[in-house]
Amino acid sequence: MLASIATFALEGVDSREVTVEVDVRPGLPVFTVVGLPDAAVREARERVRAALLNSGFEFPLQRLTANLAPAHVRKAGPSFDLALAVALLAASRQLPPERLESCAVCGELSLGGELRPVHGAVAVAVGARAAGYRRLIVPSENAAEAALVDGIEVLGAPSLERLVDLVAGRWTPPAPAVRAQRDRSREIWPDLDEVHGQSDARRALEIAAAGGHNLLMIGPPGAGKTMLARRLPGILPPPSFEEALEITRVHSVAGISDGTLAQERPFRAPHHTISPSGLVGGGSTPRPGEITLAHRGVLFLDELAEFSRPALEALRQPLEEGVVKVTRGQRSLVFPAATMLIAACNSCPCGRPPSDCMCDGKDRMRYHRRLSGPLVDRIDLVCQLDASPQLEVARGRPESSAAVRERVLAARELQLARFAGAGIHANAEMDARLTDKHVRLPADAMRRLLSGNTNAPLSARSHDRVLRLARTIADLDGRPKVRLSDVDEALGYKLNFPLAVAA
Amino acid sequence: MSVCEQCLRQSHLIAHLAPRIAGLLDRPRQRPSRLLELDEEQLIERVARGRSADVAKRFVEQFDPDEALERLVDADVSAICRHAAQFPQELHPLSDPPHVLYCTGQPERLAELLSQPAATVVGTRKPSPYGSEVARELGRGLAVAGVTVISGLALGVDALAHRGALAGKGRPVAVLACGPNVAYPTRHYKLHREVREVGVVLSELPPGCRPFRWSFPARNRIMAALGAITIVVEAADPSGSLITAVFANDMGKTVAAVPGHVTSRMAAGSNRLLREGAAVVRGTEDVLDELFGPGYGPNGPRGVDAEPGSELAPRLRAVLDAVEAGEGVGEIVARTRMTAPEVRSALGQLEAEGLIVAGGIGWYQRAASG
Repeated sequence: MLASIATFALEGVDSREVTVEVDVRPGLPVFTVVGLPDAAVREARERVRAALLNSGFEFPLQRLTANLAPAHVRKAGPSFDLALAVALLAASRQLPPERLESCAVCGELSLGGELRPVHGAVAVAVGARAAGYRRLIVPSENAAEAALVDGIEVLGAPSLERLVDLVAGRWTPPAPAVRAQRDRSREIWPDLDEVHGQSDARRALEIAAAGGHNLLMIGPPGAGKTMLARRLPGILPPPSFEEALEITRVHSVAGISDGTLAQERPFRAPHHTISPSGLVGGGSTPRPGEITLAHRGVLFLDELAEFSRPALEALRQPLEEGVVKVTRGQRSLVFPAATMLIAACNSCPCGRPPSDCMCDGKDRMRYHRRLSGPLVDRIDLVCQLDASPQLEVARGRPESSAAVRERVLAARELQLARFAGAGIHANAEMDARLTDKHVRLPADAMRRLLSGNTNAPLSARSHDRVLRLARTIADLDGRPKVRLSDVDEALGYKLNFPLAVAA
Repeated sequence: MSVCEQCLRQSHLIAHLAPRIAGLLDRPRQRPSRLLELDEEQLIERVARGRSADVAKRFVEQFDPDEALERLVDADVSAICRHAAQFPQELHPLSDPPHVLYCTGQPERLAELLSQPAATVVGTRKPSPYGSEVARELGRGLAVAGVTVISGLALGVDALAHRGALAGKGRPVAVLACGPNVAYPTRHYKLHREVREVGVVLSELPPGCRPFRWSFPARNRIMAALGAITIVVEAADPSGSLITAVFANDMGKTVAAVPGHVTSRMAAGSNRLLREGAAVVRGTEDVLDELFGPGYGPNGPRGVDAEPGSELAPRLRAVLDAVEAGEGVGEIVARTRMTAPEVRSALGQLEAEGLIVAGGIGWYQRAASG
């Protein structure tokens, strides 16, 4: 007898449909799995046998052949267990095969017959919906997560026995608990009203948040770079439903999702010893890197100059394109990586302001070179942190995150209206054509940009960067037109590198 | 080629014996002038013994001037010996003028560049951002004013002066401690080529010769002699740049220095020169004053120098002053009544107008020009 069932295997943050076929035939009792299974998939035979027997089903003592189609794709991991078991039950007529029509399953089995959760349930549900399945059966723990995807009925089963009851129509699972949207209170992110002084960094943070710009903070160790960076997610607009689903999908693939829809933008702060593939993703079965985990959120790189050169180089393409392309062997995957970069470093190796700098010229040069190459094109603004912020303490209680967020949200709304239908959300994402269309300069501002500073003429790229930043500054002020002062301020945040001493 | 056989042979003998000269000097970097004054026989006697002396003598006997000249043509290098009319007059007062001056390109270009007033700019290989900015701006300003910039193509100040001169559409002269066709340090390969294209690279060592420790102070005497003034931008004490200054002083040329931070070791030597009476150079204007008299340039009186930034709005003036004082944005905000966006706006405007430049990542310093 022959039976088949569909399941889904993770590929990056997407899933690929795999059809599991089982053939039961009189003969010597052997159980063969073909279709490029890896060791974990072959072990499934033992789990399936034990789970079936321990659940009170019969394990047919006949010649069993399972095929995982398409046969040319390598199959990895334990998520084929459930499909194998279900196909076997159907093939041995312990389960009516006709009831499995238009139904996909995914899950890992324990020897006792319980269903264990798998990673990437959201991606599986998205894949099943796209492939036209009407029902998806997953382990109970994955049900809430998978149910976030509309347009497909998600059923959670705690065990193999229950699953058979479910398919046979003898049992109905409780509806997956979709937790209500939590009130977006602020308690999970620290508040900006705890940061005294730092007026330059606060303003830069606000502009960065308002336009989605990448920010570099300059300041000595202990000045509060990390403190400020951690407060950025709290002034960003909450993720839209689509963004939240993207965040959940990525986190569910990486196994760090809590099984519910992400309410907050992620904040990732990898240590500077991270490897290039840890940062952008990779491995023989490619896994998402930190920049993908920070998708639709914030990637914070403290002590930027300490990161390895290959790691920084690897960041360039994702920061530019918003996606990571990982190619391993025959497979090429695309991970989402639309993230805001907040970086922090010192002005020079000793960390003092340049007027007190005691660094050797050669050291300083090496330090600047290290940063200039990979980053010069990716940083939209640079700000300074005060080593001694008590200078400004006298000016009263600092503004709270809520007040700043209100302005950021207003600026973001202007941008959403501007980019309706353009497929982007924020000023920082404008390409040259959109910049040209949406940033019209008055004559005096035009003259300022063309005044031709012989020391550091603006490249076409940094010219556009200044325009995008000026657009955001005007948006924060609620003005439809960009003014000269906006351009001046944008120029003031431009990242300049000191005169290279050689080459 | 304006070179006599005798001089050509002797300069090749010096290159042949160069490693022995290096070994003979008790102190590294000691000036080998006594040796370079000697004639061939005496030189061999002083630096070579036994077998190596025989080898050197054989080198002299078997020296083939035609072959040497051919090599020069291949390397696109001209040779001018001290007996030739085109030999720079400025080098004759030296007790040990080079036997032959090897220069890239045609000798006419060298004559043309040296017919203009020339200034030698030297300094540390590891300048501060301030020193870098001044060196580059001096090179540029002098080139714009029509003064030939002479330097040694070394790392740091030398290279920046050359780059500045190139940026000012000038035609710099580089004096090397190795063959003129050798880019040393290798990192300056491109700069070497750029200088060669519009200016001249010269040396007393034949093409292909590598540098030796003694050849650096030896080339310094040529740099000092060629320039009407020697300007030291940041030099440690002791340093090769100070040797150049001593040569210039010995020849009765003007020695000038750019004031550096008194707390910086990298400026200790140049500051000592100032203490001992060297001319103070704050910028191109001061060099022109020294060369041509106050208010004069190579072509007569200069225009009135407006004080840079004097016409600025008070708000910009205040921020410019603060940048000069090395203050950060936070300090400016704390001291003035301006907000951070206003300060950034002022910085952007000052930067666009070329009054400030990057001093470190995310920091500004006063530009030397403008």
